[in-house]
Amino acid sequence: MSASEAETLLTVPLNDQHIAAGGRMVPFSGYSLPVQYPTGIMAEHKWTREQAGLFDVSHMGPCFLTLTGSTGDADSDYTEIAGIVEPLVCGDILNLKPGQIRYTLFLNENGGVLDDLMIGRSPLHPGALYIVVNAGIKEADFSRLKAAAGDRARLQRADDNVLLALQGPKAAEILSKLVPGVSELSFMTYSTFPWGDEDLTISRCGYTGEDGFEILCSPQQAPRLWETLLSDERVKPIGLGARDSLRLEAGLPLYGHDLDETISPIEADLGFAVSKRRREAADFPGAQRILAEREGKLSRKRVALIVEGAPAREGAEILDAAGNAIGVVTSGGFAPTLGKAIALGFVPPEHAAIGSKLQVSVRGRLQPAEAVAAPFVPHNYFRKPA
Amino acid sequence: MTTKFTPDHEYIRVEGDIGTVGITDYAQEQLGDIVFVELPAIGKVLKKGDEAAVVESVKAASEIYAPVSGEVVEVNVVLTNSPGTLNTASEGEGWMFKIRVANSAEIETLLDADGYADLTL
Repeated sequence: MSASEAETLLTVPLNDQHIAAGGRMVPFSGYSLPVQYPTGIMAEHKWTREQAGLFDVSHMGPCFLTLTGSTGDADSDYTEIAGIVEPLVCGDILNLKPGQIRYTLFLNENGGVLDDLMIGRSPLHPGALYIVVNAGIKEADFSRLKAAAGDRARLQRADDNVLLALQGPKAAEILSKLVPGVSELSFMTYSTFPWGDEDLTISRCGYTGEDGFEILCSPQQAPRLWETLLSDERVKPIGLGARDSLRLEAGLPLYGHDLDETISPIEADLGFAVSKRRREAADFPGAQRILAEREGKLSRKRVALIVEGAPAREGAEILDAAGNAIGVVTSGGFAPTLGKAIALGFVPPEHAAIGSKLQVSVRGRLQPAEAVAAPFVPHNYFRKPA
Repeated sequence: MTTKFTPDHEYIRVEGDIGTVGITDYAQEQLGDIVFVELPAIGKVLKKGDEAAVVESVKAASEIYAPVSGEVVEVNVVLTNSPGTLNTASEGEGWMFKIRVANSAEIETLLDADGYADLTL
């Protein structure tokens, strides 16, 4: 890394804490962030699957979108705020319940994915949304939201705050000790909870496939929250390396790799993100292409592969059994939980069927690969009993 | 027996005309958890600086280059099933391959232990 690159990197408010914990700092999405701590990616990955991992995801783009004027009626206020963002995405935002969060996609006019994001309906303020977008493209996302809002709503960036993710089977038990009430949250809901002399915005979601929480707090409170969470022996800090291997095992796509402006939600196997009401109304960007693809008219589809031998990384060619090049790996690596190489990539739909025998080219050598069902490791999200 | 080092963090331990090649402890530390090792074929003739092997960590693949020219005479098959041996004993049981040194003058161009230590400060 050159000196000029180092100068332009942003640091997160907990930078000193990462260095003190032995974090190996690397450039990532314009920030200096820990790729791993001394125990290493494998141990961090396994710890998160068995106990609880603490991730600093402050480089991401949390924000709030709030109506500038209230109609005086809670339902109308929500209809108004939902109506601002809904035309940009393919999800049903209008029918979110207070506190509910939805994974959705910003789409371009061709139905390509501009970003994937979370939109949450405030449990307390009818005219407010909590939105979290990806790090690398957050400026464009914020501009898009501002443009859609005009003078009807105000976008309040929260990316100068600290966003921590506590992920793993012990996460709920650990966080409940600090913040009674979080165990009442079900998967994909959020609320605010008092802690010390301020409120924390806590959502029950994450990108590891485990039960867990994302906690938004002020930079002033963050060091104390970081230390308090780590004082529980079941919590360890986890870097970007394990974050990536965990999300890959969970079969979750990553923007800029498995998602881009040319890839549609249907191709990316994110059909669930195109809500029924929106499909029927066909009122989202690129609806024509996306609805046709749902009917089976698509040229490529995301495939999950178990790879024999060396890991097939991003850019590796995918071939059919006969050796014809049919696609490319968009994310690939080693799955610590499985002890095998795994990959995500895109191939023609007829080759994406579970059980398809394919090959990948790693350094010019062909290795067998098999299409399997995603996720590679079963999700462990917390669902409240009905 | 002499041990020499490359700026790319390979070592070569020379006994007679046979050199044992691996990656340094510093290198394995930098790479992190090693999950896959691709070794050269026995009989392969390498020139100094040729790609000889690949070490894959969870994160990325790293090429290992031949420190000197010569023919590969033995590979450490232990690494095929237990790539983690590179993390626990890279300069011992985790050696990667043995090469019949073609030109002993090339050995002299490599770094000695002090020179390598300066590099990794």
